[in-house]
Amino acid sequence: MGGQLTYLGVPLARPRVGFFELTSCEGCQLQLLNNEATLLDFLNLVEIVNFREGMSERGDNYDIAFVEGSVTRQDEIARLTEIRKNAKVLVALGSCACFGGVNQLKNRFRDLDWVKKEVYGDFPIESMEVHPLADFVQVDLEIYGCPIKKEEVERIVTDLVVGNTVRHPEYPVCMECKANENICLFELGELCLGPVTRAGCDAWCTSNRRGCWGCRGPATVANLKQLEEIMHTYGFDRETILDRLECFGGFASFADTLRDKGKKTPTGRKNP
Amino acid sequence: MIFKVFKKEELARLHELLAVNIMVGPVARGNDRNGKPLYDFEVVSDFAELALDYTQTVHSPKRFVLPYRETLSTFTLNPNGWEKQVDLNVRHPLVFFGMHACDINALNKLDLVLAKSTYPNPYYLGKRKNLFILGLSCNPEPQCFCRSMGTDSASHGFDLFLTDLGGKYFAEILSATAFDLLSQISCQEPSSKDHTLYKHLTNEKSKRYTTSVDTSDLTKILDLEFASKAWDYWGEKCLSCGTCANVCPTCYCYGVEEQIDLDLRHAGKTRSLHSCNLIDFAKVAGGHNFRPESATRLKYRYYHKHRGFVEAFEEPLCVGCGRCGAACLADITPPEVIASVRGKM
Ligand code: SF4
Ligand code: SF4
Ligand code: SF4
Ligand code: SF4
Ligand code: SF4
Repeated sequence: MGGQLTYLGVPLARPRVGFFELTSCEGCQLQLLNNEATLLDFLNLVEIVNFREGMSERGDNYDIAFVEGSVTRQDEIARLTEIRKNAKVLVALGSCACFGGVNQLKNRFRDLDWVKKEVYGDFPIESMEVHPLADFVQVDLEIYGCPIKKEEVERIVTDLVVGNTVRHPEYPVCMECKANENICLFELGELCLGPVTRAGCDAWCTSNRRGCWGCRGPATVANLKQLEEIMHTYGFDRETILDRLECFGGFASFADTLRDKGKKTPTGRKNP
Repeated sequence: MIFKVFKKEELARLHELLAVNIMVGPVARGNDRNGKPLYDFEVVSDFAELALDYTQTVHSPKRFVLPYRETLSTFTLNPNGWEKQVDLNVRHPLVFFGMHACDINALNKLDLVLAKSTYPNPYYLGKRKNLFILGLSCNPEPQCFCRSMGTDSASHGFDLFLTDLGGKYFAEILSATAFDLLSQISCQEPSSKDHTLYKHLTNEKSKRYTTSVDTSDLTKILDLEFASKAWDYWGEKCLSCGTCANVCPTCYCYGVEEQIDLDLRHAGKTRSLHSCNLIDFAKVAGGHNFRPESATRLKYRYYHKHRGFVEAFEEPLCVGCGRCGAACLADITPPEVIASVRGKM
């Protein structure tokens, strides 16, 4: 699309981008197509060479690879390694790619063969322990969220194209929640991971009166020790907290400590 | 000051006269998990919606003069340059119906920095100048320590202040607008009985405070206790979440971000309120962070409010409303923090 891309009269290169999915629901990629109002502008900004969700042609000639999903099969490791080789910038798109996402819930079970049997029965399928991308390749940029927030991706892509530094909010969801003048859910007797979870979603859940599940992973400062104390004060038990902390994988190592059991944890997990 | 009294029934009439404007007032927002009623300031059109016997609102009235997020300017970009559009976001006058003394004083404090300084903030000024404030007497809550901050009564910064005398209101008139307004309802001169009642209620109110902060020599004590272990104690609990600053009627710190639109032809500059407790508050270009520890950031919040501001303006940047402590999930409250630094805990 479009002719020469310019910003304030300065010519800019239109990056070639590819979108790829490993094990995921493809919800993050769909989010990108969801915004009809800005879709054309988005498509004008980049040259898409690979996007199964949105087009049929394929190409391997890309500058930026957006990879959605977590790694759950050997062939995905090979694909990911290949993508890494082709891309100048590899972006982990969404919480599955960043932390393992909802998929990594199965890592909670000691016996993964049992899990496979429960889910797939006798159907022959390969499915190993769930890993984030960073366990296998270097990830240059992480875009958090389950799903990602399209406004945030649009901002990040714009920054990448014009060469601005990409920044994530460092503070927790509470900051955005309070800016939306919500009554704190703890006051209403509900549980919320907002105090330790990285903002950027504009307090999506809490502004709709649902406690945060920590899908964006830990904020730069995530005072989990204090969170435990808060949970105690407000009368939530450890299992309830763990259910939340383990949901998306961003708090995996803290959850493991909290669970206090000798289960092996996947390597390279983020330390909250 | 001019004083009047009027019967309680007249208040609805007063509301009606003011209701030609956009009006903001206290409304009920349900109950908390312990059944305690919650209140906030909202735009209201109906007199019946107002919860005039409200306790403390969860959030302060700050956002009506200093929004959490505000677009400062937008830009139209073209190959040869750009055009800038500035909008102060002042749309209409606003009537505040029922503001307590602490919040009136909080606006007065914001004025010192945002309106009366060498470089007034036009976005703030435009909104602030277009307020009509009707103040209302209150009953101290357990969290309130306004008396210690000298903000339990307001002497300026409102148009009209009403004290509930039972069957009638005792009205203090501070502006011509308020005077004209009261001439349109049925008012009387206060009798000596009214004076006695007013004094009695004031004395009674003083007795009801349960929380206080010892401010004697506080600036010096804070100076002396820069390395106090107390800061580490509170810093360890702090979530660096910024809730305290967001609910605070006097915190005004902000960050400004520029963002280019996806079409590369438009851009904007947005101001968002920030908090000194946030990890990147003192992070500068190049990545150095002057306050990487929670304890130093938390300390700074107290230093700004109870030392730096006092030295600059001879009053603290705190009205003792207690909102920050009430909202803090880590239970960090100014009375306790200050007591601990004073060595009283
Ligand atoms: S509801 Fe959650 S995000 Fe909002 S202030 Fe409370 S803890 Fe923070
Ligand atoms: S509020 Fe929490 S769970 Fe919801 S989108 Fe934001 S980070 Fe994710
Ligand atoms: S003092 Fe409390 S409200 Fe303020 S940043 Fe720390 S934890 Fe959050
Ligand atoms: S610091 Fe706390 S008590 Fe003081 S004005 Fe702010 S919110 Fe109220
Ligand atoms: S206390 Fe902190 S956030 Fe509040 S005005 Fe002072 S420096 Fe700013």
